[in-house]
Amino acid sequence: MNTDRSVSNPVFSSVLSVARIEPPTSWPSIGFRELWDYRELLYFLTWRDIKVRYKQTVLGAAWAVIQPLFMMLVFSLFFGKLAGVPSDGIPYPVFSFCGLLPWQLFAHSLTQAGNSLVGSQNLITKVYFPRLVVPISAVLGSVVDFAIAFVLLLGMMFYYGIVPGWQMLALPALVLLAVLAALGVGLWLSALNVQYRDVRYTISFLVQFWMFATPVAYPSSIVPEKWRVLYGLNPMVGVVDGFRWALLGKPESPGAPLLISVIVVFALLAGGLYYFRRMEQQFADIV
Amino acid sequence: MSNLAIRCEGLSKRYRIGGYTDHYKVLRDVISDAASATFRRLKSVARNGNGSRNDYIWALDDVSLEITAGEVVGIIGRNGSGKTTLLKLLSRITKPTRGHAEIHGRVGSLLEVGTGFHPELSGRENIFLNGAILGMRKSEIERKFDEIVAFAEVEKFIDTPVKRYSSGMYVRLAFGVAAHMETEVLLVDEVLAVGDAQFQKKCFEKMREIGSHGRTILFVSHNMSAVRSICKEALILERGRVVAQGEIDQTVDQYLSGINSSQSFEQAIETNTFSVTSVEVTSVSGAVVKTFDPVQVRVQFVPKAEIQDPGLYVSFLTMDSRRLTGLDLKDFVTSAPLPAGQTAELGFTIESLPLMPGTYQIEVHLKDMAKHLIEFVPQTFQFEVAETEVYGGRKLDRWFGNVGLRAQPLGNISRKDAKSQR
Repeated sequence: MNTDRSVSNPVFSSVLSVARIEPPTSWPSIGFRELWDYRELLYFLTWRDIKVRYKQTVLGAAWAVIQPLFMMLVFSLFFGKLAGVPSDGIPYPVFSFCGLLPWQLFAHSLTQAGNSLVGSQNLITKVYFPRLVVPISAVLGSVVDFAIAFVLLLGMMFYYGIVPGWQMLALPALVLLAVLAALGVGLWLSALNVQYRDVRYTISFLVQFWMFATPVAYPSSIVPEKWRVLYGLNPMVGVVDGFRWALLGKPESPGAPLLISVIVVFALLAGGLYYFRRMEQQFADIV
Repeated sequence: MSNLAIRCEGLSKRYRIGGYTDHYKVLRDVISDAASATFRRLKSVARNGNGSRNDYIWALDDVSLEITAGEVVGIIGRNGSGKTTLLKLLSRITKPTRGHAEIHGRVGSLLEVGTGFHPELSGRENIFLNGAILGMRKSEIERKFDEIVAFAEVEKFIDTPVKRYSSGMYVRLAFGVAAHMETEVLLVDEVLAVGDAQFQKKCFEKMREIGSHGRTILFVSHNMSAVRSICKEALILERGRVVAQGEIDQTVDQYLSGINSSQSFEQAIETNTFSVTSVEVTSVSGAVVKTFDPVQVRVQFVPKAEIQDPGLYVSFLTMDSRRLTGLDLKDFVTSAPLPAGQTAELGFTIESLPLMPGTYQIEVHLKDMAKHLIEFVPQTFQFEVAETEVYGGRKLDRWFGNVGLRAQPLGNISRKDAKSQR
């Protein structure tokens, strides 16, 4: 696609930008430049989603905390107390909550992104903007929920007297990795969803299965050694282990799984971007 | 100075028909299609009943045109002639199947009023959101904010969620945001058909103002008086092709004489007993239908069975489907039986058409009185009453309403301070 339209041009400038309209290409560019031009739209859409999400709810943003909190309570009771799932010597509630936060960030982002295009079909069929803005803003909205719930985690760590070490500095990078993983998968799903509405129903299944393949309720140390490589292909393994390493100091190092996660995430993201940009050219016709 | 603002070369867009009702595939179809060729063959047989899957339609077919910067161009044509597709391609919402186009300058498109408005957000918030969606910068919206609010007349409610707005306020606000976009090129679809008459008038004035500031506008409308008053040039689309482009009055007249004389359809419209092939409204005195013209309404159809006592009821409606008046053939004549399978024509001559300039619809019922059969033809037909001088040289448009009154002033005009003896 050859759209070097520059929105940043002042209005009525002497040199007018030129928009070229051409048939679909099979090797579209990512269009970072254009995405940057539309950053304000990205901001407004994210802001709208957050603002609207808790409007007319009694508890408002408290929902961002309530969900992982209750999951943690259920996990602690059934897995921690009754089933006696090990937790690497960390109090089970903190252990599971620390896994739940990045997991929910990923799961929410993925769900929102996957349904985002279909949810904004009225925009897509009536206005032009880089379509990537839609799934990206959906993902960003979940980051805010994560930030709110994170405060609760800090409170719990304080209660249990856990002081994170220098590894905590790696946290932003881990959050970014979780977000990129969600975006990578979300791009695939959102584009597929436009064409095959089956995807909408698949997403909730996918998220449930995926959670059990991720060390949220249990430590990754209970997975047999010979399955570790396969297990590590799930990028969320590296992210969740990384979170526990950064905040709780266990496992000792995120090491190899994290490296695999990074590679997998970038592969997913690159493929997702390409597929999305390619399908994007027909979204308005088939959504 | 005649810089080009828009240039299209061979622009074409193909859509799959049948895909309109269920555009998106269900995975099951794809899997089952791939799974078994035999099964697929069976399916395609089943599908042939309502059109083969691989039928395509060229919504836009090899359109080449050039539009000079600063020109205000009306795009006219019947429903389905490709007007909206053209705007969608030019605003880059969808991509052409073939051909290419070039637009010089920022493009603002207004295909729908209030796209992206969120009912839960306040008027203020929606202005920013909608502005951003339309491609305005935050600074630009801030600069225009007061103007937009004043235009929409919602000062008091600016912090109220728009779900509590009246529909009039909602539309005014939505149009207000779009009207204050400062793009060099503006693409406007039939969006002014919403709102009350007063608001529509306000929008037209705004459009005219925008047009007079040297910006390029493509304006799609069915409202010929709006097109005439806003545009200096027009182009006619017919079945995805540009059939004419030129000076506004001439082009609109050409279009009107075209639609009024040939409302025949590619495919007959079927009811149980009738197959309607054309509905025409023509002026006896000229190519264009004008107020107070003698006019003929003709309905052509083929009966599928013998009709013993044929009847015809024709109603005239406004574009928002308010019934204005109607004619029933049985009030006038008893017509002869019509044999099955032969084209028949029924109709009326109206001595003087009492409709003001504007677009109207016709609804048709066909009957066989002997069998107490009344069948509604499930489609309305449009016709246009051209803008003309109705009373003493004054050009009236639809703001005066729909009904034209044949009137004369009273013979002796008395004035209170009249001193003259006449």
